[in-house]
Amino acid sequence: MISIEGLSKRYGDLTVVDDVSFEVESRTIAVVVGTSGSGKSTLLRMINRLVEPSAGRVLIDGQDVAAEPPHLLRRRIGYAIQGHGLFPHRTVAQNIATVPRLLGWPEQRIGARVAELLELLQLDPGAFAGKYPHQLSGGQQQRVGVARALAGDPKVLLMDEPFGALDPIIRAKAQDELLAIQRRLGITVVLVTHDMDEAFKLGARVAVMSQGRLLQFDRPATLLTRPEDPFVARMTGISDRALKLLSLTSARDAAVADDGPGLGDAPQVAATASLREVLSELVWRGATRATVVDERGQACGSLAIADILAHGRAR
Amino acid sequence: MAAPRRLDLAGLRRLDPLGTMLVLAGLVAARLPFVIDKANRIVPGDPRPLFEVVPWTAACGCALALLVAGVAALAVRAPGARLAVAVLALAALAFALGAAGDALTPAGNRVVRIAPGAAFWVLAALLGVLAADALARLAPGPAARVLALLLTVLSTGIALASGHFDHVSVMREYAVNADRFTHEAWRHVALAFGSLGAAMVVALPVGLVCHRMPRLRAAVIAALNVVQTVPAIALFGILMAPLGALAAALPAAAHLGVAGIGAAPALLALFLYALLPIVANTVAGLAGVSPAAVEAARGMGMTRGQILAGVEFVLALPVILSGVRIALVQNLGLVTVAALIGAGGFGTFVFQGIGQAAIDLVLLGAIPTVALAFGCAVLLDASIEAMQRGRA
Ligand SMILES: Nc1ncnc2c1ncn2[C@@H]1O[C@H](COP(=O)(O)OP(=O)(O)OP(=O)(O)O)[C@@H](O)[C@H]1O
Ligand SMILES: [Mg+2]
Repeated sequence: MISIEGLSKRYGDLTVVDDVSFEVESRTIAVVVGTSGSGKSTLLRMINRLVEPSAGRVLIDGQDVAAEPPHLLRRRIGYAIQGHGLFPHRTVAQNIATVPRLLGWPEQRIGARVAELLELLQLDPGAFAGKYPHQLSGGQQQRVGVARALAGDPKVLLMDEPFGALDPIIRAKAQDELLAIQRRLGITVVLVTHDMDEAFKLGARVAVMSQGRLLQFDRPATLLTRPEDPFVARMTGISDRALKLLSLTSARDAAVADDGPGLGDAPQVAATASLREVLSELVWRGATRATVVDERGQACGSLAIADILAHGRAR
Repeated sequence: MAAPRRLDLAGLRRLDPLGTMLVLAGLVAARLPFVIDKANRIVPGDPRPLFEVVPWTAACGCALALLVAGVAALAVRAPGARLAVAVLALAALAFALGAAGDALTPAGNRVVRIAPGAAFWVLAALLGVLAADALARLAPGPAARVLALLLTVLSTGIALASGHFDHVSVMREYAVNADRFTHEAWRHVALAFGSLGAAMVVALPVGLVCHRMPRLRAAVIAALNVVQTVPAIALFGILMAPLGALAAALPAAAHLGVAGIGAAPALLALFLYALLPIVANTVAGLAGVSPAAVEAARGMGMTRGQILAGVEFVLALPVILSGVRIALVQNLGLVTVAALIGAGGFGTFVFQGIGQAAIDLVLLGAIPTVALAFGCAVLLDASIEAMQRGRA
């Protein structure tokens, strides 16, 4: 668990982060959103002490981060940034091996770890280990950046706009990969972005910041249905908030068990699709009911258009 | 008959433009005197054409090689072939010069001077351009360039050692000054590299500090720029007084070799001149390091020293080395001037030659200086490029 307690940062008269407190549960993703200059990066960088706070403290699993020399602290916290920051003079394998080398792992363990991470991020070790960063595409560079951040087997991963430089399709893929990796490794992630859709997609909880202050820290659905500040409502988007809400629920979670026949020609939708996607499909087909099928193609329930609309209603 | 004629016209239009210019210039140059036959080192001497001074077989061989080079310059595309004929023609030209020296020097005469004439110099320069152009088109990698340099040095050494050129004026001057030549060569190298080494020891940390403190940077660079604008002779002169006074006041300093003239002011001046290129390039190199890479290095828990040595310095190294290259080439040239204040080096021959109006003696100092600077530049450029391979 990461506890941020009354954290502030001042540069002269300028208060960049103003008395921010929240807690990130272990093994979850917390996303910090806000407009440019709202202090997101500064907040994130105080967690691994790239910035020293003016007031307040950060605890990781009850341990004050200030109790440890900063460089040793940072070796057990993953850190990935926009534009990846890969070392141009080192190969992919050498880049990923940075923290294990700093930790003094034996060579054999480092080699195994590099191969494991390349596999995890779906980069063929044989093809990529010896390449230099400039020989990779933007998406591949970003994946190597994440692999490098994970190399020291950290419990906590900090990410500052890690997908900011990617095009929408690659970005969506990278987000899915991050979710899968986070679940698989059971790590705690704090991610900074200014993209609200990204925040809702990735964050179990989302912190909305403005001018250094934390306005609200809640589940995405709560931010939509019960914004505590007009700015939060503006950030989350008023005009399409119902649709945003629908996109937070999957077809699997909303499906109701079939109680009879009569679904003959209802369109089929994947269990992993969001209700927003199911609704779009129904409108497109002119249907009023869809069959939800799982990965193996087995029907696991159905969704009527009225049920879907109920999920998007203000609460 | 019509078909071949059209072919010829098409061929004419495809003539290499650079080659055409070189050949035209070469045709003019060939009419100039090939060697100057001087009764002694100072008198003006008689201009002599190639066919008068060399056995006709050698003259024909040389002419043929030049002809082939001319045709290749006009009509051959392949840069490898162009390079080969240019190098062969240069060798033939040099061989003819040596042969002329042998033919024109009466047996046992040590006073006569057979100097290369205008035709030799111009043709050699034109062939040099042809070879350089071919090399540029070949774009050899760093290893190939170093190899080519080694081969050139080796073959030149063998040619000079063979005795074939012993009767050419510059080599006659060398024979007279052989002992001093070796001594001055070492002195030249020691002055240039010694001042460079000292400058690197100071300039790298200064560059680093300037990089970290932008306010200091402007002041330091401005001061070094002022030093750079002081003419070399003036700087040597300016340093004579304080160093002389220092030696007079401190016997210990005088004992260490500090004096108003000689090596001390030369080393100090060359050191000062070398500072600007190295400091400026260190600052530029460090400024060019990707901030994201440094931020990531910090975020992963590298210490300041590890970041400096393993990331910043390594990434800045190619730019820093180009500063070192500039400083070295500049120093190798400036050492020549330092001979004026008694520091020694190849400049000794240059100034002595000027004083005696003996051009061959001037060349004995100038040619090795240029060759040394050129060779060092090739080596440093090759290592910079080798370093940059693999990266973006
Ligand atoms: N070292 C510093 N000295 C002075 N001011 C700073 C410093 N670092 C950040 N700031 C200021 O703090 C404010 C917040 O910066 P921060 O980088 O945390 O914003 P951000 O929310 O991450 O913005 P963005 O979305 O553009 O990355 C900005 O106004 C910035 O100018
Ligand atoms: Mg930021």
